[in-house]
Amino acid sequence: MQSTLNQPQKAVLPTKTNTISGSQAVLEALIAEGVKTIFGYPGGAIMPIYDALYDYREKLDHILVRHEQGGIHAAQGFARTSGETGVVFATSGPGATNLVTGLADAMIDSTPVVAITGQVFAHLLGTDAFQETDVINITTPVTKWNYQVTDATEIPSVLAKAFYIARSGRPGPVLIDITKNAQLQQFEYEGYQACTHIRSYRPKPVVRQDYIKQAAQLINEAKQPFVIFGQGVILGKAEMEFKRFIEKAGIPTAWTILGMSALPTDHPLAVGMLGMHGNYGPNVLTNECDVLIAVGMRFDDRVTGRLDKYAKQAKVIHLDIDPAEIDKNVKTTVPVWGDCKETLPLLTELIEQKCYPQWLQRFRDYENEEKITCIEPELNPTSDILTMGEVIKTVNELTNGDAIIVTDVGQHQMVACRYAKFTQSKSNVTSGGLGTMGFALPAAIGAKYGDPARTVVAVIGDGGFQMTLQELGTIMQSNVDVKILILNNQFLGMVRQWQQLFHEKRYSFVDIASPDFVQVAKGYGIAGQSINDRKDLKEAVSTMISHKGAYLLEVMVGKENNVFPMVPQGCSVAEIRLK
Amino acid sequence: MSKQEFTITVYTENQIGLLNRIAIIFSRRKINVESLNTSPSEVEGIHRFTIVIHEMEEVVKKLVRQIEKQVEVLKAYYNNNEEIVWQELALYKVSTDEIAEKVKVERLLREFGARAVVIRKDYTVFETTGHREETDRLINVLEPYGLIEFVRSARVAIIKASRGFHEKLREFELQEPSEHVVENEYLDKQDEVFSM
Repeated sequence: MQSTLNQPQKAVLPTKTNTISGSQAVLEALIAEGVKTIFGYPGGAIMPIYDALYDYREKLDHILVRHEQGGIHAAQGFARTSGETGVVFATSGPGATNLVTGLADAMIDSTPVVAITGQVFAHLLGTDAFQETDVINITTPVTKWNYQVTDATEIPSVLAKAFYIARSGRPGPVLIDITKNAQLQQFEYEGYQACTHIRSYRPKPVVRQDYIKQAAQLINEAKQPFVIFGQGVILGKAEMEFKRFIEKAGIPTAWTILGMSALPTDHPLAVGMLGMHGNYGPNVLTNECDVLIAVGMRFDDRVTGRLDKYAKQAKVIHLDIDPAEIDKNVKTTVPVWGDCKETLPLLTELIEQKCYPQWLQRFRDYENEEKITCIEPELNPTSDILTMGEVIKTVNELTNGDAIIVTDVGQHQMVACRYAKFTQSKSNVTSGGLGTMGFALPAAIGAKYGDPARTVVAVIGDGGFQMTLQELGTIMQSNVDVKILILNNQFLGMVRQWQQLFHEKRYSFVDIASPDFVQVAKGYGIAGQSINDRKDLKEAVSTMISHKGAYLLEVMVGKENNVFPMVPQGCSVAEIRLK
Repeated sequence: MSKQEFTITVYTENQIGLLNRIAIIFSRRKINVESLNTSPSEVEGIHRFTIVIHEMEEVVKKLVRQIEKQVEVLKAYYNNNEEIVWQELALYKVSTDEIAEKVKVERLLREFGARAVVIRKDYTVFETTGHREETDRLINVLEPYGLIEFVRSARVAIIKASRGFHEKLREFELQEPSEHVVENEYLDKQDEVFSM
């Protein structure tokens, strides 16, 4: 089959013809797309691009990572805090396969990333050449789109398409594999045309006014409506539209882990986080509301618990840009497909100004119950043993909720997302769908480049930190100002918690030893300290925040503390346990 | 809801790797593809996949949405057997001696509407088109006479109700949203979508 890539739609203005290499065309495309920062790692098959990059050092900032996985997680972190597309370079073979975890993570969390990989010469494809892997087929299930370039003349249009696909509609990762001959090939460059249309691709479904009307009617007639939202609000840059909607509707509102920070955590209508370790009220009352309005979220199993007992009593309004999400897990009463930046204002216009004081009070009552059993012991513990929660509380106090919090995966992630306070959007960066341990450190590097003015705190467990701690080298070399906060419970805590609760305390391989993290950081020229006493906590966090440059703070916390509340797997959200 | 045969029709751009992208949507969910055919469509530059699977309608509906989500897919539809006209082609190789000796074989072949494609001294290849049961029946009757080889093609199908893809494509290609743009039209069947 021949490739039939779309030609640029607009006519190219006649310019002075100039001959450039495929590699230069790649870099020109990045500049044209507004890219300033690239995370990457060189190697044999991508050397022509790196050679060209040498002459573009003024225009493009390349951050040399220590592992390609770190490169793509950094690109993800960049995309999450900047709202732009992250870019990562890797070579063929192992360089490309090291991207796979990050691609899968970006795919499931809808993060716009363009990965550019080098590939062996086209004539060597399929010969088991040195560092040849079939990266296109390996990455097909974990990319929104991928494409192999073997001819340099395709590069401008393919990269234009890549950026358009990565960021439009429901965003996602795109991988472009470029053979070495195409990188080296000289061709007549006719300039760069951004892509705005692909024949077979409709990023946004058509907004249907009749569904908006039906949704508005359901909302207006509701007695106990409940709004739940996900990352769609952030990805759609619709925070203002969303806020106006819930404020007019007066409906209690909860977020998913990825939606978090789109609405200030102290908003009067905010009732907390959904899901397995979310708050008590939003979980229990999901099964009591009469109209459930889901905005830009995908009813992940960690949010819904047992599906056949999830919100069965409620009429469901689902706003999503991806038609494949409608009815995928939860049957919808009214599907409002479309970009929520467009649909929310239409809906806001048709709904009545309302408030539900009694209904909202029920959330507050559950919150009080949760406070006594779970929140107080975590934030203001009476024993001498430090808790993760009080560390997060201290961070909140010292940053006023203005910091970007990047979390890894496990207990510390759940605690951080439960207790972190946020005043602005794009502040919570975490690996939600894939649950990638090792995500936080490299993602924090990217997060800092994505929003350099803000303080970035990477909250990481002792297990996850050891998965990608080589990126301390990147922090050292590029002077990245990230605050590394290790919550060390000397266990793979979340697995240990499950083993305690569901496997009769058979602690199978969760007892993880760690090096002296402060010494490790010191080896990379990064200042730090370790504390295990409450009286040192505030000062230590304050030192970390005010330190000029990167800093590592290790806090030794209780070894066998558990995260509660918890919806046990296979249970309904209403069966959430407080202990 | 029980499993039944569904034919999925997918209109796509002609792009390397798309076959894999579509195939893994099934294999990821451990769904066996009974038959798969790719061919040009009536629209220039647009390819058409015809895929047959045995599944519950609810599952098929979700699969079709996942297929349609792929960047290079223009439209995907699913239909049950009542909604389509379909054919499969089968080839049968039998010994020429057997046919020459036993008149019955020739009669049988004529009965089944088979046509000789190649006649050689040692063997003859017959061709027949029809539904699975029809081509299967011919295998059964030929077997006693020494069926040497048999092969059957994937299903090709035409959707009875379709007004053709041309018109739809024209609507689809309109960039501005309009009342007439029919996207995700199977999602648009009110009684189906609105059942709880």
